[in-house]
Amino acid sequence: MASCVVTTSSFCTVSDSSIRLKSSKLVHLQRRRSLGSRGGLKVEAYYGLKTPPYPLDALEPYMSQRTLEVHWGKHHRGYVDNLNKQLGKDDKLYGYTMEELIKATYNNGNPLPEFNNAAQVYNHDFFWESMQPGGGDMPQKGVLEQIEKDFGSFTNFREKFTNAALTQFGSGWVWLVLKREERRLEVVKTSNAINPLVWDDIVCERVSLIFSCYKVMFPLDHMYFCCCCLQPIISLDVWEHSYYIDYKNERGKYINTFLNHLVSWNAAMSRMARAEAFVNLGEPNIPIA
Amino acid sequence: SIIKEMAASSAVTADYVLKPPPYSLDALEPFMSRQTLEFHWGKHHRAYVDNLKKQVLGSDLEGKTLDHIILNTYNNGDLLPAFNNAAQAWNHEFFWESMKPGGGGKPSGELLALLERDFTSYEKFYDEFNAAAATQFGAGWAWLAYADNKLKVMKTPNAVNPLVLGSFPLLTIDVWEHAYYLDFQNRRPDYIKTFMNNLVSWEAVSSRLHAAKAASSSSA
Repeated sequence: MASCVVTTSSFCTVSDSSIRLKSSKLVHLQRRRSLGSRGGLKVEAYYGLKTPPYPLDALEPYMSQRTLEVHWGKHHRGYVDNLNKQLGKDDKLYGYTMEELIKATYNNGNPLPEFNNAAQVYNHDFFWESMQPGGGDMPQKGVLEQIEKDFGSFTNFREKFTNAALTQFGSGWVWLVLKREERRLEVVKTSNAINPLVWDDIVCERVSLIFSCYKVMFPLDHMYFCCCCLQPIISLDVWEHSYYIDYKNERGKYINTFLNHLVSWNAAMSRMARAEAFVNLGEPNIPIA
Repeated sequence: SIIKEMAASSAVTADYVLKPPPYSLDALEPFMSRQTLEFHWGKHHRAYVDNLKKQVLGSDLEGKTLDHIILNTYNNGDLLPAFNNAAQAWNHEFFWESMKPGGGGKPSGELLALLERDFTSYEKFYDEFNAAAATQFGAGWAWLAYADNKLKVMKTPNAVNPLVLGSFPLLTIDVWEHAYYLDFQNRRPDYIKTFMNNLVSWEAVSSRLHAAKAASSSSA
């Protein structure tokens, strides 16, 4: 995750050194700018391009280095750069975590211009981390049990996931999500930049405070500290740019290869563990400073 | 209705046929590669036609013309199942016929005069068309269209086209990524520029405009 909010009582690990840390409270701030020649500090909100957790050729031969170079190096980078340009225009969207920014700019279905870029930055970070070299195959233990419980069988889950990916017309994404309240997994598909976070109407402010403390305990997972109704567990990019170089029009082959060789059930496991940990802990009762 | 007349006179065949482009698959080189045509026409367009045939077989749409299917499955945006395949079959045939070898550049005569009337200048039209094509987020199309005796630029998502929005299509550029990925990868602006400078068939646009005007006046 490429942005984070630092509170006065916790700290945050950052994996992308191009991010500037901002101090802020978890409320919508009026940004103070020091202008003029007194050498005042011009603080900006911006997000960084996080690298995938493996080298660009690590997913060969299933997803080529060339694809990673263009998909991550051009498309994903483009979303980050364009988001930063948009945010540089004024400061009304400063002070948000990425999840908050997505929800704020989704604007209940009447998206602001920043939404597409913000959501696509999140979506691509999430996607790279949904894959690993030597991925695919079967999940283990808790994840497999949950899948079997909620889909009947792993085969049935594969079928549902594949069908959703094949029938997402135009550009979009397919997700395995955990419905937190019902505690069940589901497959959903979204169009263009939309992701399951926008269907959540819980305000995350108070909870973000907690999770900034949890970041110490779960340093790899600072991206997913979210009180979402639909917690994303795995995603697959079905925009044509994600498979055209390697598979051209054969989206079915791409989906199959993703499931057989790329999907990271390890990532799924840690995301589920965190989502369930939150579910089990319930909403914490913490006074805000 | 006037829209049905427009659709019928648009010169896109009503049969569910994969019509080849009016030039060989390598004729648009180097601006649009043969490989692109082989995949874009030979796989994507072909699949829309084949899947449409399968979809309407045995349904009450069987035997209906392509434009009938498109207009009746758009359903005010709440798309019925056959819409995507039908509209994409139509859109792609229209797209191939919007291009020609040695195409592009500035039109002349009546068409130029109308562009200058409705956009102030060809350059302004170029910029507007360019912007529409560049900013259609996700998959879709950009169009020059005709309605109420005026030319206008439109952009549509996925399979939607001006027919279902009450306008007569005159020119289109496919901005689904499959249209430019082999030749341009992520560089959609370069693809659009190349299309405008080197591929547009203004002859096709002119004859469609003629048909549009005829259809408008006969329905008036």
